[in-house]
Order: sequence, then C-alpha cells, then structure tokens
Amino acid sequence: MTAAPQRIFVRKMMEAPRPRPLGTGRVALLAHRLFGTPLNGLLTILGVAVLVLLVWPTFRFLFVDAVWDGASRVDCLPETVKRPVGACWPFIQARFGQFIYGFYPQPQRWRVDIVFAAGALLLLPLLIPRFPFKIFNAFLFFIAYPAAAYVLLVGGRFGLEYVETRAWGGLLITMVISYTGIIASLPLGMLLALGRRSNMPIVRTLSIAFIEFWRGVPLITVLFFATYMLPLFLPPGWNVDALLRVLIGVTLFSAAYLAEVIRGGLQAIPRGQFEGAAALGLGYWKTMGLIVLPQALKHVIPGLVNSFIALFKDTSLVLTVSIFDLLGQVRSSFADPNWATPSTLFTGFAFAGIIYFAVSFLMSRYALAMERRLNTDVR
Amino acid sequence: MSPEARQAPRRSARAILYDPRLRAIAYQFIVVVLVGWAAWHVIHNVQANLEAQRIATGFGFLNQTAGFAVNQSLIPYQESDTYGRVFVVGLLNTLLVAVIGIVLSTILGFIIGVARLSSNYVVARLAEGYVEIVRNLPLLFQILFWYLAVLGALPGVRNSVAIGVQPSLAWLADKVALFGGGALTLAEYIRSASAWFGPPDFFVNNRGLIVPEPVFHEGGMIVLAVLAFGIVAAIVMRGWARRRLDATGRAFPVGLASVALVIGLPLLALAAMGFPVGFTRPELRGFNFVGGVRLNPELVALVVALTTYTASFIAEVVRAGILAVSRGQSEAAAALGLKRGVALRLIVIPQALRVIVPPLTNQYLNLTKNSTLGAAIGYPDLFSVFAGSALNITGQAIEIIAITMAVYLFISLVTSMLMTWYNARIMLRER
Repeated sequence: MTAAPQRIFVRKMMEAPRPRPLGTGRVALLAHRLFGTPLNGLLTILGVAVLVLLVWPTFRFLFVDAVWDGASRVDCLPETVKRPVGACWPFIQARFGQFIYGFYPQPQRWRVDIVFAAGALLLLPLLIPRFPFKIFNAFLFFIAYPAAAYVLLVGGRFGLEYVETRAWGGLLITMVISYTGIIASLPLGMLLALGRRSNMPIVRTLSIAFIEFWRGVPLITVLFFATYMLPLFLPPGWNVDALLRVLIGVTLFSAAYLAEVIRGGLQAIPRGQFEGAAALGLGYWKTMGLIVLPQALKHVIPGLVNSFIALFKDTSLVLTVSIFDLLGQVRSSFADPNWATPSTLFTGFAFAGIIYFAVSFLMSRYALAMERRLNTDVR
Repeated sequence: MSPEARQAPRRSARAILYDPRLRAIAYQFIVVVLVGWAAWHVIHNVQANLEAQRIATGFGFLNQTAGFAVNQSLIPYQESDTYGRVFVVGLLNTLLVAVIGIVLSTILGFIIGVARLSSNYVVARLAEGYVEIVRNLPLLFQILFWYLAVLGALPGVRNSVAIGVQPSLAWLADKVALFGGGALTLAEYIRSASAWFGPPDFFVNNRGLIVPEPVFHEGGMIVLAVLAFGIVAAIVMRGWARRRLDATGRAFPVGLASVALVIGLPLLALAAMGFPVGFTRPELRGFNFVGGVRLNPELVALVVALTTYTASFIAEVVRAGILAVSRGQSEAAAALGLKRGVALRLIVIPQALRVIVPPLTNQYLNLTKNSTLGAAIGYPDLFSVFAGSALNITGQAIEIIAITMAVYLFISLVTSMLMTWYNARIMLRER
C-alpha cells in the first residue's frame, strides 16, 4: 500500500437526503421515468413527436395513400387519383418478376421457385435446435442441395434448358451469392483458423497474411480484383463466368472474416480438451474434427450468423461490377419512363428495404436467441 | 514427457515417419512448394495474358496525363494533370469523407448508445428502433436511398430548402395552424418567436448543401493563437484543480472554467480584434447563391449514409461498453456519496472506454473502407477515380488495383498496430 498516492481529504458532512419518491406502483414509476425531471419530460415529448412525425407518414405512404392496382404510371399520378399518392404498388407488381428472377426466362422460372422452396424447407429444420436428424439435414443442406440447385439453375442437363448466368438477377442473385459465400467460405475459414493457431511457423504466417490481407481491404476492391485481375491470373483462353469470379472473390473475403470468428471459438476451448484427446491417442485431424471444432463452432454460432448477415447485406455491392442483384434491379427499374412517378423511387426502396430488413432482422434475432440458449448451457 | 524420452537409441523407419517434428517440416515443405508453384503459374499467366492483350505494364502511367475531370477536389486539379495527381485527389477525397464521417458518427453513436440505456421508456425504444432499422439495411441501399430518393427529390436552386431555427419554427407554425381554432393563436406566437432568429445559414437543394464559408481577415491568426492558449490553459487548470481536490477536498468548477477558457477567451479576443474571423452567409440571388460553400450532393449523401449507418454500430459498442461496467461500481460510487454525473465521469466512463475503444476503432476502419461505396453514386473517392476512371482508361488492372488495395491495407494495418499498442497500454493493471 506504500505506492498508493496520499489522499488526505476525508468527507465529514452528511449528504442531504434525497426527496421522497412520488409513489409506488406501475403508473407512478412510469410517470417518474417519463416526466421525473424537466429534461426527461422534454425528451419524452420530443421522442413522441419524432415517433409521430416518422411513423404516421410512413404508414400513410405504405397503406393509406398507396395505389394498389393500375396498369401504368398514369394510375399512380396525383392528377389521376385526385389525392396525395403514396406507394405505387402496381409498379412493384409489374416489375416483380424482374426483382425476383432478373432476366431468367419466364417459362423456366419454376426452377428458381423450386430452388427457393427447397432451400427454405431444408434450412428451417436446421435452425430449430430441437429438430432431429441434424447430421443428415446438414449433409442435405450443405452438400446435396448446392449440387442439385446448380443443376437446376444452370440447366443444360436432364432435358433442362441452359440458362446463362448473365440472365440471372434480382433476389435470385442475392440468394445465390449469400448462400455460396456462406457454404464455400465456412470450410475455408475453418482451415484458416486452424492454420493461424498451428504450431508450424510457415503455415501460421501464410494464414495470418491471408486473413489480414482480405480483412484489410474493402469488399468493393475485392470484387474489382475478382472481375478485372483474376482473369489475368488464369492461363490464356480460360474464360471464367462473371458470376463465378464474383463468387470466388466473395468467398475469399468472407472466409477471412469467418476465420477470425472461428478462431475466437477455438481460443475458448480449454487446454484439457486437447490433452484429453492426445491422451486417447487421437491425431491432429481427429482431435480437431471430433473434439475441438464441434465445440468451438457451437460457441461461435451467433458470431457466424452475424457474419452471414453482413455477407447478405454486402451482396448488394455486386451492382458495382454490373451484376444486378435485388438492389441493382430495383435501381435499374427507376430508369423506366413508363413508371416515372413522384413516388416510384420511394416505392422501390420500400420494397427492397422490407426484404433486406426482414431477412437480416430475422437472422439477428436468431443469433440473439442462440446466444441466450448457449449461455444457459455454459452456466 | 520430453522428446528425448521418446527417442529410442536406434530409430526405425516407422518412428521417423511418425516423428511430429519431421512431419511438421515435411508438411510445411509441401505447403511452400504448392504456394510457390501457384505463384509461379500466376506470374507466368499474367505475363502471357498481358502480352496477348497488349496491356502496358509498370508504373509509368502515373506520370501520364489523365485527361478526365474530377468533380470535387481539395487541391487544384485539371484534366491535363497526371494520374499521380488523380491518385492524390482521390485519396484526399476519401480522407475528407472518412474524417467527417468519423466525427459525426461518433457524436451520433454515443448519443444513441446512451439513449438506448435511458430509463426513459420512449427515448430508449426510439434509439432501439433506430439501431435495428439502420443496422439491418445494406449500406449501399442507404447510400442510394439518400442520393436518389431524398437528395434527388429536393427542389432546384431557386426553391432551395432552408435549414435553421427560423424555417423550422415557421414550418412548425404552419403545422400547428392546421388544427385551427385556439391553435391559430399558438401558431402566431411561434411565428413571432421565429422572427427573433436571424436568416437561415444552411440551404439544401438538388445541387447539394450550401453552408457558410469561414473567412479569415487580418488578425485572425491572433484569435487562433488565443484559442490554442485557452486549450493549454484549460489542461493546466485541470491538473491544478485535481491536485487541490486531492489535497484539500475543495472542488473547483472545472467544467465552467474550461468553457470560459476555451470558448470565452477566444470570443473576447474576437470582439477585441473587431471580428476578423467570420462566416459568409449564403444568400439566394437570382439563379444562384452568393457566399457560402456548396457541398456536392454525392458528398452529402455519402456522409449522411455512412454517419447514420456507422452510428448504429457505434451505439451498440457504446451500450455494450457501459453495460460491461458492473453495477457494483456505480453503486459503490453512490455509497461513497458521489453524485451521478461525477460517478459517471470518474468511475463508469474510464472503465467503459477500455471496452469501447478497440471495437470503436474497428468501426472507424469499417467506415473508411465503406467510403469506397461512394463509387456507386459517383463520389470521386480514391476507389472511384483510381480503380474506376483510371482503370477504365489505362486498362492496367494489376497495378491500379494493387495500389488501391495497398492504400486500404496500409490504413488498416497501421490502425490495428496502433490498437495493439493502445490495448497494451490501457490493459487493466491488476495486483
């Protein structure tokens, strides 16, 4: 205690007693919290004002003032409707196919529908912790499904008409890139995380360099790298599909981020687990595959889901390399003079925003729920 | 179990095969060979491809004339300048957005983060709603929304929207007057109150945001010197006040005195010198504004989107940091008789900052990297002018993308090094 600075002052007078609480019970508590001090009262009033000023016009725009059916821009003009016009939903109806499928040929769109439906059917039981057959389900979702989806979407086999990826677009592209990014970067991320914690100096250095490089650059430069630089890396005459190039870029980028998340989980595994595995005579890959990774991955499910949310949102960047995902299609539809009305832009943004928000929000709620579940496990 | 103990005097071939050290060397050798083989192929292919496509190589293009215009530049730039100068122009534009975005998003993020923890139900829910909505929409979506839907829908120059106290009050009065009856009198009061405030200083239209421009006349430097003196004096005064508090227990109004030194003193100097530093008020004359500076709509949209987006993440960082300080700390502070504000300043915030700063830096880094999305709306940042325009014209993909990536990589690595250093410094020194 000799090193502690000298504090001579000791308080001698008593603090004045606090005022008596206004009352007990819920109403009094609420009144105290909302209007306890003048500042609090002012904040409450301001908050309510902001709420009213934002929520009510949004509600009016989306529902009350919205135009629900029509055939062209004329039906969405205030002059025709003779009242203030909110969202122009016929615009979304007319463009719906393009927003979801891009320019995927109309008669072939059932293939996309099947892929969407199968994905949802396989994902749902995977997300519900109490549902059985997890291993089999994961095998279907991570290995069988992508192969089937590839055949179904690209075609050219089993009597299916070939559809080139340039015709793909809209939500289809958004989903293809997010899904491929996730399942391809997960194993790569695991390898990188193991590499970064490896005892072999060269492997560790290479892993660190790889991870730090991709984490240090913006995704948009990665997309440009994949689009303009990658073709130069390949032997002359090799022509790689534009979508595939972007997928490679997104996978490398997201693998670096996943590696860091997984490394966090690896660090949380106590030494005893490694030592126990070694005592049982397990080799490196068996130790990792059977003992360490299953526990580590379980710990980092919330972090993984958050990375997936980021990836899902980031897919919108592909519009900078002329691949038109949902946002890209919505944006390009603004140029259509047939639907040029004052509310077209807001309607388009509202539609895309609702889809993006719904998916991201549900995923983040899922991550939160998993976090709570896993926390109780640990205690 | 030492390695020596396991080694038999005579090693069989099997023992050598299973020696972990030898295996490690063999594995690494294989990795090196594979990576080297891939690298050799890539270099070989690049050379073949560049020759086949007749693309120039090397960094000589940096001295060539760029020949394209850039619509925002902090340094003088014209079309006859070199690509090297284009690079500097882009870099400065990136830094401009990054600095403005970092300052604004920190302020907004801290306000919202604290608001989320407010005991006021309305304020807390409002902040939560903000964070949930903004965080769950793609940034590019928000940039396009602000640029196309909000700024694009603004009126032309002649009908510019004024931003300020007076126009806001006038707008409020109009809204109140809609209720009719007694509200009309209230609207009149608000209108007369709005007349007390001067004409507005900020205008926004579809050409951008017009803000007052600072002007320095003679003597302006003296005011700046006084400002610097005030800041130094405030720091010295704080140290003195703390020593006196430790010794005697008598508190000194540090906050008020600091305000007097940092703001009051320069204001006095300003008045004494006859206001050598001022702002030119933008004023609409005919078809254009006189005075003030116009900020491009691209810059405004990018800054607004980056600020609001990053602020929602910073708010979560701040909230987590404050929650990380255990309740016992503030309760102990209360038990010692510290007032809430003092306890916050001396007990809670120093401990919370330790948790907040590392992820906060990460957010700053994200903001800087995300500023590349300005390319989608034509903001001339480093990425847009260099990897966009310059790449299109020269076709030298390898050099240009490598330079662009290197710049962002450099910023990231330097920041993370600083962060490691900072973390080591502030780490809890436990006994």
